[in-house]
Amino acid sequence: MNTQKTKSVIVIGAGIAGMESSAQLASFGHQVTLLEKEKVVGGHVANWERLFPTMKPASEIIDLLKTDIMNNVNVQLDAEVFKIEFSNQEFIVTLTDGQILKSDAVLLATGYDLFDPRGKEEYGYGIYDNVITSAELEAVFKNGKELKTSTGKTPKRVGIIHCVGSRDIKAGNQYCSNVCCITGVKQAIEIKEAVPDAEVFCFYMDLRMFGRYFEDMYLKAQEKYGVQFVRGRLSEACENQDGSLIIKVEDTLASKPLKMTVDLIVLLLGFEASKGTTSLGKMLHLNFGDDRFISPTNEHLLRHNTKMEGIFVAGTCTGPKSIIATISDARGAVITVNNYLNNLN
Amino acid sequence: MDFGYSIQKDNQIDYDKSHREIAEYIRKEESSFNICMSCGSCTAICSAGIFTDFNPRKLYLLISRGDIRSIRKEIDHCMLCGKCQLACPRGINTRNIILQIRTSIKQNKDHVF
Amino acid sequence: MNIEGKKAIWKDYQKDIADDSYFYVRSCVRQNFLPGSETTFIRIVREELGKDIYEHPCHTTCTGIGYHGDIVPVDTMMTVVARQFALMTEAGYENLVPSCITSFGIYTEVLDTWHHFPEVEARVREYLRMATGREFKIPANIAHASDIIYKFRKEIATKAMYKLINKNTGKPLKVVEHIGCHYSKMFPEKGVGGAEYPYVLVGMIEEWGGEVVDYPERRHCCGFGFRQYLVQANRGFSISCSRKKFESMQDYEPDMIITNCPGCPMFLDKWQYAISELEGKTYGKDGMGIPVFTYEEVAGMLLGYDPWDLGMQVHQVAVEPLLDKIGVSYDASRKYLGINNKNLGQPKSPNVLVTAKSLLSESL
Repeated sequence: MNTQKTKSVIVIGAGIAGMESSAQLASFGHQVTLLEKEKVVGGHVANWERLFPTMKPASEIIDLLKTDIMNNVNVQLDAEVFKIEFSNQEFIVTLTDGQILKSDAVLLATGYDLFDPRGKEEYGYGIYDNVITSAELEAVFKNGKELKTSTGKTPKRVGIIHCVGSRDIKAGNQYCSNVCCITGVKQAIEIKEAVPDAEVFCFYMDLRMFGRYFEDMYLKAQEKYGVQFVRGRLSEACENQDGSLIIKVEDTLASKPLKMTVDLIVLLLGFEASKGTTSLGKMLHLNFGDDRFISPTNEHLLRHNTKMEGIFVAGTCTGPKSIIATISDARGAVITVNNYLNNLN
Repeated sequence: MDFGYSIQKDNQIDYDKSHREIAEYIRKEESSFNICMSCGSCTAICSAGIFTDFNPRKLYLLISRGDIRSIRKEIDHCMLCGKCQLACPRGINTRNIILQIRTSIKQNKDHVF
Repeated sequence: MNIEGKKAIWKDYQKDIADDSYFYVRSCVRQNFLPGSETTFIRIVREELGKDIYEHPCHTTCTGIGYHGDIVPVDTMMTVVARQFALMTEAGYENLVPSCITSFGIYTEVLDTWHHFPEVEARVREYLRMATGREFKIPANIAHASDIIYKFRKEIATKAMYKLINKNTGKPLKVVEHIGCHYSKMFPEKGVGGAEYPYVLVGMIEEWGGEVVDYPERRHCCGFGFRQYLVQANRGFSISCSRKKFESMQDYEPDMIITNCPGCPMFLDKWQYAISELEGKTYGKDGMGIPVFTYEEVAGMLLGYDPWDLGMQVHQVAVEPLLDKIGVSYDASRKYLGINNKNLGQPKSPNVLVTAKSLLSESL
């Protein structure tokens, strides 16, 4: 193996996939630069309060990852990639501020964006004051605020809507976003903890409790917290004069349309390929699936390779994943990138 | 005045106006009622369900929603054979639920559901 | 409610509406049940706006009512539509303006079908040629008559004598707006404002001084439903749909309802009478019923036309309280006198709908 010169890799995106893979690649002795276009690291997880299925704080993971990258990784914040080219056996990455960086490999960890619920006009997000997103609810908890309606009263009934922007051809996304169902159950429990007297309803098409301890969480939500589940997709939300909302679903298991008034609606937003994933993937002529996420070379065994040699992918830029899956995925990418770098001349 | 047609009743469950007294009673007396996931194992094996349209899964669901218009008629179909309790994957005490429904109906005998 | 959110959606659903040279095709239902609306539309477009609007004497129904009622087969309907296009082509026009919302839906749906299935268009062209010897060009623009009034709402506002304001309190009138289902529910991009928050009537109301009421069942169909009302026994479904809307809007105390479809004002008006007889219940702030108007009637009224020329005397829910609120001057004694002062006859009084009855006795 020719290891005369230390190999370098640029990791784009300092979410948890980017941070984990950077730290591990650095521990193998490579020179790692981690680029993040925002002013802070941590991606979406940094905005989350507690994580399923353990209910541990998200900050635990973020702090751990931050420590890992502190010493061995060259982190650049406020650094957005403008162009990536390949020339003379190396990658030339130009940032929007003009800075030029070079490396032997590039790892995309550009992740996802949450679906913009204004695309579901009939849900009234941005029009009705008491329709909020899962991310906004998480922020309420994270900032230690009390859960209140727009007029400052404590909600007596909350409706959580599954599959917003997922499994929905009109919204442009036919696929399932994987983690929203368990997030809905988690947030239902959290709402009951915050407001024990509130009635909480989850409106779902399917309940995808696929992971370890997920089914336990579903059972606990019903048994301990009294969360109720209605199998029926939200068709239309309308606003009453007092700002409360009328939900129209079909209770499919009863074969009847059902209407109820709630004080607050929480939309569980699906995942979409982020702007960075889309623009960099297109720039590098990578393959995309119909779901607009990047397609790796082989879904089973070559998950981190792409059409372009030297360009690798990790995390949710290849599809929605839980945190557990993302960390595993990032570590898989590390092995692939490490082997690639070690085999370079 | 008879115009030859009449205003129709809603088929919709209006949750804000529905009658959830029986559900609240059952939840207190038999808390396993809460963990039903409507899988239908009970209805599939129900002795009464084979020969009538008695459907325990649907009955529990409609009780939860407060839509109990036909409950007085339906509840008499159950023979308390216990096959539903054998089948339930979540170990719900279904026989007790039936008994509590009957008690609750007796308590509300003047109530129009 | 956050109006900015709605405005963002309205911006996304803008529509190309022709400027002039309109080929007008009339509605079957409106000419009987809402007389004066179409005449007023032509009058406003020709005299107030100075546009060229033409109706071909040989034009017919689009057969939408028969097609949706399962009486007219789809090929026949498409051939009749093709004939309308042929008349338009022969008269030298390109901009189709249907008066009826169902027609608008039919024309839009037919063109969309032909766009996706050119063999169907070819077949229909052949049918038309065989039946009448006519040829046609696809219209350059199809805009519903309410789109035209919407487009020129500002011009109408500058010429208006009145506004949608309660002259006693100085406050804007509370207006419920109701869109015909076939305007934007089938093809949201063909309706101003889209399907969820349509803007065509909201724009008119805002421009003319009124305040729009958004209530939970705003999107609900009025229940017209062709098949439903054609058979008397089925009308229970229709009336129940309208009733749901009334129950929902009642808390908002609306002063009036404006719609842009032929069936909707007819039903929202007449069902208030039927509900009052069947259930003894009336709607509106003082329980006197909520008057229902077409947008042409409103435009004409605000421009100062005589309400009886607009055909308002045939409304079941009397319009006089609203005319008084706005301050429109009218001659109550001329309500049932037609052209040349011919006595049109008085309708019988209803048992419950108070206003109509008491006003009737006043005008006798």
